[in-house]
Amino acid sequence: MTYIPHTDADRKAMLEAIGVDSLDDLFDAVPADLRFPELDLPPGLSEMETAWELNGLASANVAANDFALFLGAGAYNHFIPSVVNHILLRGEFYTAYTPYQPELSQGTLQAIFEYQSMMCALTGMEVANASHYDGATSLAEAVIVANAHFRGKRSKIILSPGVNPQYRAVVRTYHQGNDLKFVGDKGSATVPDLVDMLDDDTAMLVVSYPNFFGQIDDLAGLAKSVHDAGALLCMVVDPIALGLFKSPGELGADIVVGEGQPLGIPLSFGGPYLGFFATREKFVRKIAGRIVGETVDADGRRAYVMTLRPREQDIRREKATSNICTNQGLMALAACVYMSVMGKHGLRRAAELCYHKAHYAAQQIDALEGYSVDMSQPFFKEFVVTCPEPVAAINDVLLEHWGIIGGYDLSKDYPARENQMLLAVTEMNTKDEIDTLVEALRSAPDDIANHAHHHHHHS
Amino acid sequence: MTDELIVNKNGAPPPLEPLIYDLGAPGRTGAILPKPDVPEADLPADLLRDDLDLPEVSEMDVVRHFLRLSQFNYAIDKGFYPLGSCTMKYNPKLNEDMARLPGFALAHPLQDPSTVQGALALMYQLQEWLAAISGLEAVSLQPAAGAQGEFAGILMIRAYHLANGEAHRTKIIVPDSAHGTNPATTAMTGLEVVEIPSDANGDVDLDKLREVCGEDVAGMMITVPNTLGVFERHIQDIVDIIHGCGGLMYMDGANMNAMLGIAKPGDLGFDVMHYNLHKTFSTPHGGGGPGSGPVAVGDKLLPFLPGPIVTIVDEGDEGEPPLYGLTMPEQSIGALKAFWGNFGMLVRAFTYISINGANGLRAVTDHAVLNANYIRSRLQGTYPMPFERICGHEFVCEGHFKDADGIHALDISKRLMDYGFHPPTNYFPLIVPEALLIEPTETETKEACDAFVEAMLAIAKEAKESPDVLHEAPHVTPVKRVDDVRAAKDLILCCRVIPDWDAEAAK
Repeated sequence: MTYIPHTDADRKAMLEAIGVDSLDDLFDAVPADLRFPELDLPPGLSEMETAWELNGLASANVAANDFALFLGAGAYNHFIPSVVNHILLRGEFYTAYTPYQPELSQGTLQAIFEYQSMMCALTGMEVANASHYDGATSLAEAVIVANAHFRGKRSKIILSPGVNPQYRAVVRTYHQGNDLKFVGDKGSATVPDLVDMLDDDTAMLVVSYPNFFGQIDDLAGLAKSVHDAGALLCMVVDPIALGLFKSPGELGADIVVGEGQPLGIPLSFGGPYLGFFATREKFVRKIAGRIVGETVDADGRRAYVMTLRPREQDIRREKATSNICTNQGLMALAACVYMSVMGKHGLRRAAELCYHKAHYAAQQIDALEGYSVDMSQPFFKEFVVTCPEPVAAINDVLLEHWGIIGGYDLSKDYPARENQMLLAVTEMNTKDEIDTLVEALRSAPDDIANHAHHHHHHS
Repeated sequence: MTDELIVNKNGAPPPLEPLIYDLGAPGRTGAILPKPDVPEADLPADLLRDDLDLPEVSEMDVVRHFLRLSQFNYAIDKGFYPLGSCTMKYNPKLNEDMARLPGFALAHPLQDPSTVQGALALMYQLQEWLAAISGLEAVSLQPAAGAQGEFAGILMIRAYHLANGEAHRTKIIVPDSAHGTNPATTAMTGLEVVEIPSDANGDVDLDKLREVCGEDVAGMMITVPNTLGVFERHIQDIVDIIHGCGGLMYMDGANMNAMLGIAKPGDLGFDVMHYNLHKTFSTPHGGGGPGSGPVAVGDKLLPFLPGPIVTIVDEGDEGEPPLYGLTMPEQSIGALKAFWGNFGMLVRAFTYISINGANGLRAVTDHAVLNANYIRSRLQGTYPMPFERICGHEFVCEGHFKDADGIHALDISKRLMDYGFHPPTNYFPLIVPEALLIEPTETETKEACDAFVEAMLAIAKEAKESPDVLHEAPHVTPVKRVDDVRAAKDLILCCRVIPDWDAEAAK
């Protein structure tokens, strides 16, 4: 039997020791009429048959191994050094539980401590937790912290429309059971517009850096305005951008959250990813999630342990501010290994490559007839292209004729942004790929017209 | 090397392993990156950071550092891990290979659905299988962990009552033996927790349950088998009482490893439940995640599922596969996270269910329960147990003895480490004094169970004859008992000096 090592002799001896006659007798407490139902599942397969089936499903997908990918919008195809996956496959790491027993978990604990330290260094914050589920839930948890900080006395959260639309949706899901009001993100408010919304009922203002459109907003003075209103400033950040741009700490943020997937974690159709969460030390007792601290053992040797445990659900129960327990531990390890091997110089280099390639692509595309790129503000690795045709039609052509997975159709989330495509260019996109994309976009309007003509003749 | 490596200045022994920041040298780098193949753009100087304080190490430094760290961990791949309520079963290697297939690992979540039919087909099939195992109608794979599955479930119960114009239903009943997530989840949704006691046999106290049931009840959360490791003998009465007063029943599926093919939660009358794929379906715990916590619902809650979920949008012609798509349920409570769930975990669970099939899953539960009862039988008489009855896949005993004053569950746990075992869960459930919750899982051999029992029996003897050996344990682990009080008092959460930005700005 699969993964079950028992022999007939084992079963017999064990049942005897228990004092029952059969395995079925172990379930007498289950209502007899409902006991042992049929499961409508296929019969079990061998390992090789299972692998064949899974290979078949995997190869039915179009993916970045065979196609040039220019899609981002919250998940990115960045370089992952081989060493990351090799460390993740150490059974000592991936088959361990949450490090509740520190004497048997110093490996996981020190790695998390190092991860926390690197996230602090990257964001310019003083503390970071061991992770949340993803960037979106990190933001939802940041709102919980703000609400707890003001003990429910400030009810307004100002969200920039430049925060990833999925994150804003998740924040609303999380907070449907309380009285918080979310404002600011329904139109096209700029950062100064958001500042105008600050008042003494505002608990937190949230901006994205870069914003969802890839741009670096002018955030100078924002923190002062937010703090003058007595509110907190939360920044949603791209960790690769922080390899190049000023840290949120320097910009005055109180809470920094974001998606850690770019830090060594594969696209994997949307998960598992890594929600990172960093803040100033004064908020540490209000934040959720696991936190590792340094201490000593009975001999005085340096050691690590999960700390500030009384904040957590298993101790605080209904008074806990969050129910999180299992988080994204192994993904935090991936980010820790990634940031180690990339290091001070490698992360900067990767960020610069993104910047150069994105700017090259943007200039080439902006020069195409019928296309324009919004370069009114500094941008990092993503930018908005206004296209002569609907984005979906262009993407069909890119995929079918050119083997390119095109950009994100912004009209899905922003109805006013008809024909606007959000393109992502990373260090993984070669100049050849970019040049091919430019050629493909150049001919796309004709291809679409020909396609329509062709269909017309056959209908 | 210097003496510093053996004894620090203050006489303390040296750290097990330096911090990664203390390895390497200025200018060193591990990653090998290309030069730009495009013309370089001007960087916006006024927006750039001055310094990036990350390690400066070679690739081999990184490999050795993390490999050495890994060796300080205990793990399922190293040995028996009877951590109650966590289901530390073997994590098949095939799962890891399948999740890393390029067609899965390199698929972007926002690609057009027509280009990711393999991934969507897998998710659709897994939804169907999890629905079949639960006896419920439909499943959303979105929740990232069991706690998020619970959150989804209680939000759905809340949304259901609101949709029926019953906003006055604000109470969620939770037994005192519940996981801490149950009350914490309830509080997160804005509903109110009502705790009810268990009776002397470890079952819900039915009289107390009837007392708290009324028009204000939104529902009840209960774990089956419960966290004491036993099947509630009155589960159908409980369901009837709650349904009778207009509430809905939530099943915490943490203990599904005792339920596969034994009883379907839907048949028992539950309206909603969550799975922990990282417990029941062998996806790895990863040292604290990622998990995956799909929710299954009956017809009442169908429109409220978190989304999107995978549906068939076009049945296709005969012989053709259907076209799968992502759909938001009509009155959905919304999205719980970005994208569609912890997909990599879904691939692993799918692989595991494929290998096992219906009969294999039933065998999983049979042997998980066999191993638990076998160890329970052998420890009975030596370790006090709150009740003596057949258990599910885990059981609770008490880590103290009448004739061994001053010995606690913690001492026994730490001493088990010296014998080469990970300790059981201790001090949970909260209602059992000095609780040791033991869950062997089905993947352990009889020999492994026996070796664990022998260690437990030897420790019971030591507790009376040489209690200090227990108090001072562990002796052979990489570090001795760790001072968690000091960690919380003198907080050191980061090893870098973070600039004082306010002071910098003032300059």
